[in-house]
Amino acid sequence: MANEVCLRTLDLERPWLIEQYQSRGGYEVLKKILSEKTAPEAIIEEVKKSGLRGRGGAGFPTGLKWSFISRNAPGQKYVVCNSDEGEPGTFKDRDILRYNPHQLIEGMVIAGYAIGATCGYNYIRGEFWEPYERFEQALEEAREAGFLGEDILGSGFDFQLHTHLGAGAYICGEETALLESIEGKKGQPRYKPPFPAHFGLYGCPTIINNTESLASIPMIMEQGGEWFADIGVKNSGGPKLFSISGNINNPGVFEIPMGTPFSELLAMAGGMKDGRKIKAVIPGGSSAPVIPGEQMMELNMDYDSIAGAGSMLGSGAVIVLDDTNCMVKILERMSYFYHEESCGQCTPCREGTGWLYRIVHRIETGQGRQEDLDLLDDVADKIAGKTICALGDAAAMPVQGMLRHFRHEFQYHIDHKRCMVGVG
Amino acid sequence: MTDSTVTIEVDGRTLEAKAGTMLIDVTDAAGITIPRFCYHKKLSVAANCRMCLVEVEKVPKPLPACATPVTDGMKVYTRSPKALAAQKGTMEFLLINHPLDCPICDQGGECELQDVAIGYGRDVSRYSEGKRVVADKNIGPLIATDMTRCIHCTRCVRFGEEIAGIREMGATGRGEHMVIGTYIEKSVDSELSGNVIDLCPVGALTSKPFRFNARAWELTQVEGVAPHDSIGSNLNLHLRGNQVMRVHPRDNESINESWISDRDRFSYEGLYSSDRLTSPMIKKSGEWMEVNWEMALEMAAAGLGEIKEQDQVGALLSPTATLEELYLAQKLIRGLGSNSIDSRLRQGDFRLDAGLKQASWLGLKISDIDSLDAALVVGGNLRKEQPILAHRLRKAALAGAAVHFITPLQLELNYESRQSIATPAEMVKRLAAVAKAAGVKGSGSLAALLNAAEADEFAETAAASLKQGDASAVVLGAMAQSHPDYSLLYALAAGLAGACGAKVSVLPEAGNSVGAQLAGAVPHLLPGGKSAQSAGPDALSMLKLPRKGYLLLGVEPGVDFHNPALSQSALQSADMVVALSAYRTPELEACCDILLPMAIFSETSGTYVNAEGVWQRTRGAVKPQGEARPGWKILRVLGNLLNQQGFDYTDPDEIGEELHALCNGASLDNRPVEGLDLEPKLGRDGLQRGGDTPLYASDPLVRRAAALQQTKDAGQGVMRLHPKEAERQGLNSAENAVIRQNGYQATLPVTLDEAIPEGCVWISTGLRSTSMLGQPFGEVTVEKA
Repeated sequence: MANEVCLRTLDLERPWLIEQYQSRGGYEVLKKILSEKTAPEAIIEEVKKSGLRGRGGAGFPTGLKWSFISRNAPGQKYVVCNSDEGEPGTFKDRDILRYNPHQLIEGMVIAGYAIGATCGYNYIRGEFWEPYERFEQALEEAREAGFLGEDILGSGFDFQLHTHLGAGAYICGEETALLESIEGKKGQPRYKPPFPAHFGLYGCPTIINNTESLASIPMIMEQGGEWFADIGVKNSGGPKLFSISGNINNPGVFEIPMGTPFSELLAMAGGMKDGRKIKAVIPGGSSAPVIPGEQMMELNMDYDSIAGAGSMLGSGAVIVLDDTNCMVKILERMSYFYHEESCGQCTPCREGTGWLYRIVHRIETGQGRQEDLDLLDDVADKIAGKTICALGDAAAMPVQGMLRHFRHEFQYHIDHKRCMVGVG
Repeated sequence: MTDSTVTIEVDGRTLEAKAGTMLIDVTDAAGITIPRFCYHKKLSVAANCRMCLVEVEKVPKPLPACATPVTDGMKVYTRSPKALAAQKGTMEFLLINHPLDCPICDQGGECELQDVAIGYGRDVSRYSEGKRVVADKNIGPLIATDMTRCIHCTRCVRFGEEIAGIREMGATGRGEHMVIGTYIEKSVDSELSGNVIDLCPVGALTSKPFRFNARAWELTQVEGVAPHDSIGSNLNLHLRGNQVMRVHPRDNESINESWISDRDRFSYEGLYSSDRLTSPMIKKSGEWMEVNWEMALEMAAAGLGEIKEQDQVGALLSPTATLEELYLAQKLIRGLGSNSIDSRLRQGDFRLDAGLKQASWLGLKISDIDSLDAALVVGGNLRKEQPILAHRLRKAALAGAAVHFITPLQLELNYESRQSIATPAEMVKRLAAVAKAAGVKGSGSLAALLNAAEADEFAETAAASLKQGDASAVVLGAMAQSHPDYSLLYALAAGLAGACGAKVSVLPEAGNSVGAQLAGAVPHLLPGGKSAQSAGPDALSMLKLPRKGYLLLGVEPGVDFHNPALSQSALQSADMVVALSAYRTPELEACCDILLPMAIFSETSGTYVNAEGVWQRTRGAVKPQGEARPGWKILRVLGNLLNQQGFDYTDPDEIGEELHALCNGASLDNRPVEGLDLEPKLGRDGLQRGGDTPLYASDPLVRRAAALQQTKDAGQGVMRLHPKEAERQGLNSAENAVIRQNGYQATLPVTLDEAIPEGCVWISTGLRSTSMLGQPFGEVTVEKA
C-alpha cells in the first residue's frame, strides 16, 4: 500500500514527463470532469468525503476549505499552491515537484474548476531550483497538450497557472505572507480574519493548499473519496508522504497509509543508524513538540495518535534522534532558526524568539542560570497564542515540548555546564 | 458591515455599538482604557503591537481589541488575569530591546511607551543580554531619528502610505533586524511629514528643531490658529515662559482632522529670527535710527497726514495679518479719504473686481472636499499651496473622484488623476476647451475664445466627469490667481461650473484672504463684504501708478508681491512709506521711511477667517519681542493721532465684534460675473515665463523658519526649463542664464526639468534671489551667461 497517490509514477523512467504521467491515467480525470461538466459541488463533496486534511501541517479539512469560497460571487478568484516547504525536516513536496509535477497541475486545474477560479499560482521555495525547472517544464507540456490555458479541452473553462519562486524566507510559507509575497510585498502575515477565502490574493477569494493536498486531488476524483479515506484511518484519510530524517539508515520520503505504526515507518527507513537506541522523535516538523523514543514506538502515524501524545503530525516531517544527541543543542539549533526567521511584524515573536534563543544558547554554552528553565517556560508561554500568525506558536512549542520531556537534561546543563553523561 | 446595533459586555458594563465596529473604538468611546501602540484612529489596523490583547469569552486565545469586530452578545474582559497577562507579556517584550534612555530622550514625559510601562511593566528587567542598536538615519532637517527606540508599530509607515500619500518610510529586514527607515538614505519630503513626530509613540521620531530644547513638563499649552494657508489649521502652541517652543495640531475634524502641514508646524522658528524688528526706527538723511514709539508714531501720522492728495495714500496689507489689523488698516486709510487698499498682493489680474459684489471663497466646506465626485483644478499645485486641502482631495480621489488638472507645470501627485500641462498662455485655451465640451456658450470675447477652442479628449473627459458627479468643483489655485488672465480663467470656470452643476472654488491664498475681503481690505469691497461705491486701485495698479505714500502691513517688498521688481521700484519712489513689520530687511530699509515693530503670529490676539468662512479667534500667547506691539494697537494710535473717529478700542475683541456686526448678513459667493468683456492679456509670442510661490516662501514668518528653509520646498532661485527648450535656447550646457523681462534682468543658474512645458521657463517668485525680475507670467528672453 505504498506510493499509491502522489508518488504513483515514481517507478517509471523519467516520471516527470507528461507522457509518463498519462501512461498511468494522468489527466483522464480532468478530461472526464470537463467533458461531463461535473458539478463543482460534487467535486467539493468528493474531497470532503475523502477526509483529506491539509498536508502543509495545519491539517485543516481541504474540502471544507474549498466550500468557504462563494463560487458564484463575481470577480476573480485564485487557487494558490503552497510549495514553499520551509519547515525544517520536511522535503516531501520537493519530490512531488520533481517526480510528479503533472499530478499537481491536474489537481490545481480541478481545484480551479471546483471553486470557479481561472488563475492559479504555485509558490515554490526559493532554494528549489531543480524542482522549479521541472515544474516550469511540466507547465509548458501541459499548456502544449491543452490542459492549461484558455478553453481547456474545448470545455470553455480557462485556467492559467503561473510559478512564483520565493526568495528563501520561512515566513512566506505562512499562507497570508505567501500572498503578500506574490503581490510583491514584504512577506509578512496578514491578520485574520478576513481569511483568504474572502480576502486573499489581491483581495480576491482565494484557496491556498499544500502541494501534497492538491496533488492528491486527481486520485481522489479518479478512485472516489471513500477509496481515499479508506486507505487511512478515522479522522486521517488517505495515505501521506512522510519525510523521515535523522539518525536512521535510510532517510527519505515514504508514501504510506495514515495510521501506519511509527515502528513500521522506522523499519522502512532502515532502522536506527549503528543500531543505537532511539531517544526522541520530532514527529511533524521542527515546530512539533518532541516525543520520547519509547513512547513514539507505540504510536501510529495519524493525526489523532500523535496529538494524543501532546504533539502533532504537522507536515509529516519525522526527525529521529538517537541517544547521542544533546537535547539542549537540538533546541538551541531550532530556536536559532525561529529567531532568524521571525518576520518582525508583531512584538511577541520579534522580541520573544530572540530571547528564547539567547537563553537556550547560554545554557548550551555553560552560562545557564537556575532560573532559566522557568524563564524559558514563561517566555514561550508569553509568545504562544499572542501573535498574528502561527510562527510564534511554532517557536514556543518545541521549547515547551523539550522542557516537558527532557527538563532534567537542561537542568544538568545548568548545574554542570556541560552535556549529560553519555550524551553529546 | 451592517448598520445593526449590537450589545456587548465589557468588564461587566453593557455597551451598545454598531455591529462590525472594532472593539477598541467601542471601548474608547465608553472611556474604557485598553493600552495600545500601533492603533491610531486615523490609520488602518495593523494589529502588530499586541498591546491591546483582551480576553473574549469562548475564545481560547486573547484577541487584539483593535482588530476584533464586535458581535452581539460578546463578553469582553480587558483586565482579567488572562488579558493582563497578555498585556504585561507584550510590555515586557517591547521593553527588552528598548534602550530605556528616557533621561536623554526628547519623548520623555509624553511617551506612550513610558506611560503604558507604568501600568503594565515590571520594575526590573529579566532580560540581561545586550540590547539591539539601530543606526540613526538622517531623514532631513525636520525629523530627528533615534531608531534604537523604535517599537515597530508602523504608524509612520502607514501614515506615509495612507495619509501623506507617498511611501517614504518602510520596514526592512526581518525579525529583530527589522528597522524602520527610508531604505536608501534620503530625506522625507512630504509636506505633511512632521505628523509622524506626533504619531510615533516613542522617541524614535522627534522634532529636529525642538530637539533638546525643553521637557514636555516644562511646557504650557495654548490654542492657536495657523495663518499660512487658508485652511486655518487648529494648533496647540507649546510655550515655555515667553517662548513658543513647538507647535502641535489640535484635532478639528471639520478643518485639519488630526494633522497639520509642516509649514504650520515649523514656521514658529521664524519668530526667533535674528532680523526681528525690535524697536521703532526712522530714516533720517538716509540713515536708520532707533527712536521711541511716541516719536515714531507721531512722525508716521504726520508723514501720512501731510500727503496733500489723500487718495495718494495706498495700503498694501498682508493676507496673513489678523482680521482686526486688516480692518483697522483699511479704516485708517479710508478715513484719510483714500480707497487704495489691497491685500491680494500676488493676484495678477483684477478686471473681475468690477463685477464681484461679494467675497470669493472656497465655495464649499473644507470637509466636503472629501466627498467630491469630480474636480477640475486650474493652476493649482495643491500639495504645495494648501497641503491639508490636498490631503482631503486625495481622499476624494481614492474614493473614486475624477480629478483633472490644467496646470502650467507637471505636478507630483499622490493619486490617480489627469493633467493637461500647458504654457501659461495656453491654459486659458485649455480651460475654454473644457467649457466648450460642457456646452458653455458665453458672450463677447468669451464666446470668441470658446469658439476657437478645440474640445479634445481631455476636455471631453473632464467636462463629462464634472457633469456626472453629484458633488463636483472647478478649483482655481494660486497659479490661476496670479495669472495675468485670472479674470478669464474665472469667467470660464464659472461658466463651466454653471453648465455642469459644479461649484466654483477659489482657493484663497492665505490665512485671512477671505477675512480681508470681509474686513474691507480690498479696493472693491467695504467692511462687511459690501460692494464699494467706487472701487479704488488694486494692489497691482497701486504699484504701476505709484502712490505718494504707502502703509505696509506685514509685507516685504520684492517677495510678497506679484511683480517683485515693480514693488521695490514703486515703493522706493514714494515720498513716505510707513511699514508695520515684524522684521527688518534691506528691502524694507531701502523703501521705507518709518519702520514700526509689530507683533506676529502667536504674539497677538486676532481672528482668522478661513477658506470656508469660519471665524477663528486666537489669543496672544507670548509677549511681542523687544518694543514690538500688536498691530491693532499701533493702528489704533495712528488713528488717534490722525484725529480719526472710532479708534478708541481697548481690546481687540471690540474690533472683532464691530466687524462681526458689520458682516451680519454678509455671504460668501463665487457668483459668475456678467457683463465684463475680457480680452486675453497674456501674449502667446516668444518664450514665456511661468512662476509659482514655493511652499516655504509664502510669507515673512515662514521665510525665516530655519529648518523649513533647508528643505526642498523652500524653493530655489533657479531657472527651470525642459531639456528640449534648453537646447532650443542654446542653454543645454549652460550653468547660468541671463533672463530679461520687461527691462528687468537677472542671472540665474539653469536647471533642466521635464516637468516644465516647452516654450516656457520656470522662475519662482517669493525668493530674494529672483526678486529683481517681474511678474511670474509673461514674455522673457534668455541667453547663456
